[in-house]
Amino acid sequence: MTDVPEAARRIRSGDPRALARAISRIDDGDPAVIEVLKALHADTGRAHVVGVTGPPGSGKSTLVDKFVREYRERGLTVGVLAVDPSSPFTGGAILGDRIRMQSHALDEGVYIRSLATRGHLGGLSGAVMEAARVLDAAGFDRVLIETVGVGQSEVDIVRLADTVVLVSVPGLGDDIQVLKAGIMEIGDVFVVNKADRDGADRVVREIRSMLETALVNGASPRALSGTGAADRGGHHIAFAAREAVSSHGYGDAHGLPPVLKTTAETGEGVGPVVDSVEAHRAALAETGLLRERRLRNVGYELRGALGNRLLARLGTPDAVSRLDRLAEDVVEKRRDVYEAVDVLFEELC
Amino acid sequence: MDRKIRVLVAKPGLDGHDRGAKVIARALRDAGMEVVYTGLRQTPEQIVQAAIQEDADVIALSILSGAHNHLFPRVMELLSEKGVNDVLVIGGGVIPEDDIPFLKKAGIAEIFGPGTPTKATIDFIRANLKR
Ligand SMILES: Nc1nc2c(ncn2[C@@H]2O[C@H](COP(=O)(O)OP(=O)(O)OP(=O)(O)O)[C@@H](O)[C@H]2O)c(=O)[nH]1
Ligand SMILES: [Mg+2]
Repeated sequence: MTDVPEAARRIRSGDPRALARAISRIDDGDPAVIEVLKALHADTGRAHVVGVTGPPGSGKSTLVDKFVREYRERGLTVGVLAVDPSSPFTGGAILGDRIRMQSHALDEGVYIRSLATRGHLGGLSGAVMEAARVLDAAGFDRVLIETVGVGQSEVDIVRLADTVVLVSVPGLGDDIQVLKAGIMEIGDVFVVNKADRDGADRVVREIRSMLETALVNGASPRALSGTGAADRGGHHIAFAAREAVSSHGYGDAHGLPPVLKTTAETGEGVGPVVDSVEAHRAALAETGLLRERRLRNVGYELRGALGNRLLARLGTPDAVSRLDRLAEDVVEKRRDVYEAVDVLFEELC
Repeated sequence: MDRKIRVLVAKPGLDGHDRGAKVIARALRDAGMEVVYTGLRQTPEQIVQAAIQEDADVIALSILSGAHNHLFPRVMELLSEKGVNDVLVIGGGVIPEDDIPFLKKAGIAEIFGPGTPTKATIDFIRANLKR
């Protein structure tokens, strides 16, 4: 059985084996870890969590590697969670992000962990958020989370991170389309990587012009209230607190978020990106938006956790067949959807 | 609970080919395992550190360069220095029959030569996990 105080003590002291084991237990959904997480809760909330997302192959892992280097030069410790997709067919995964992060292998101020998306009930966020908390409790100053920006995951990242770095690259014809389809709103710092390739300046201009359009269209100071646009995951400190942020060197005078070029392979341009992330962090803290954002994210987490518990009840063989039978009732028109939900709700609660 | 087997596939040594390592990585994934692939030219120190951080159940070492008699035991030595004794370590690649007893004595659980069906490796892992 887990010795809870001992496990918590080892995690607080940054023992990589203890961290690693706790994260596995979280990922495996092992209830044995819950008491440990509870014991650590008071030690969380200090790390700044940075999400790095963007299309496959855009250079996220290479960038994260360079972010880590930059942070280490600034005397900060870093935990990295690198998330890759699981195979929907076998449940297995090949996690290759670490290949690009080898230079820190022997640095005790760096912990790198690869995670697969698995079929987590209620999305990826739950397990990754808990894993990030473990790193936080272990005292890492920054936690970097890499996720692939396709499907659901980019929505998840905004629910995990204090600052989101959105990576894009030249030469992906429909890359910008991906950005247009709503993930534009989640970026706090925009990076156009592979600036050694043709077309980087054009991508920078396109992103800027899209951000300007969004600004002109009044992309909503509602984000400040933690409702409205914020519910979609957009948070736009740039839009919400223009005056407050420009004094921190984050974004430009018009409140537009930074759009920066990098060549991750050489590390060129990475310093200014980290500067922007740090300026964003300072601006969030100064304006009270950090708390706002965390309230919103924990709200999502609570909803997710509640949903998971309910789903877990349905996960028992009995409940699943109950659900199946109700689905059949709906298809066969014996009940409508609302009645079916009423029945389930009665039984679950 | 959804306990997954986590395997670190690592290539110690200086040889520059990882086709074999990638074949085994894919086979393990297809068998439902989570495979952390770390790329070419890993030192034993890097491999052990990665295995700890990744909480690997298994380390699969793949080598073609001929330096296995040095590198494989070195991995075992570092693991025991760090007090890690619940990780299954297996090896593959081009390894002469004659070297196998020595490697097993050093703590490598099994050696899979070229042409071993991937199923043999998968079955071995499932049957010999240390935790
Ligand atoms: N030319 C060029 N290539 C780069 C640059 N940064 C990364 N790459 C290359 O792009 C490829 C993908 O890099 P990764 O860092 O693995 O990209 P990723 O976004 O993490 O990829 P996934 O995790 O698979 O989505 C690698 O071959 C890198 O060497 C860059 O600035 N310029
Ligand atoms: Mg990557």
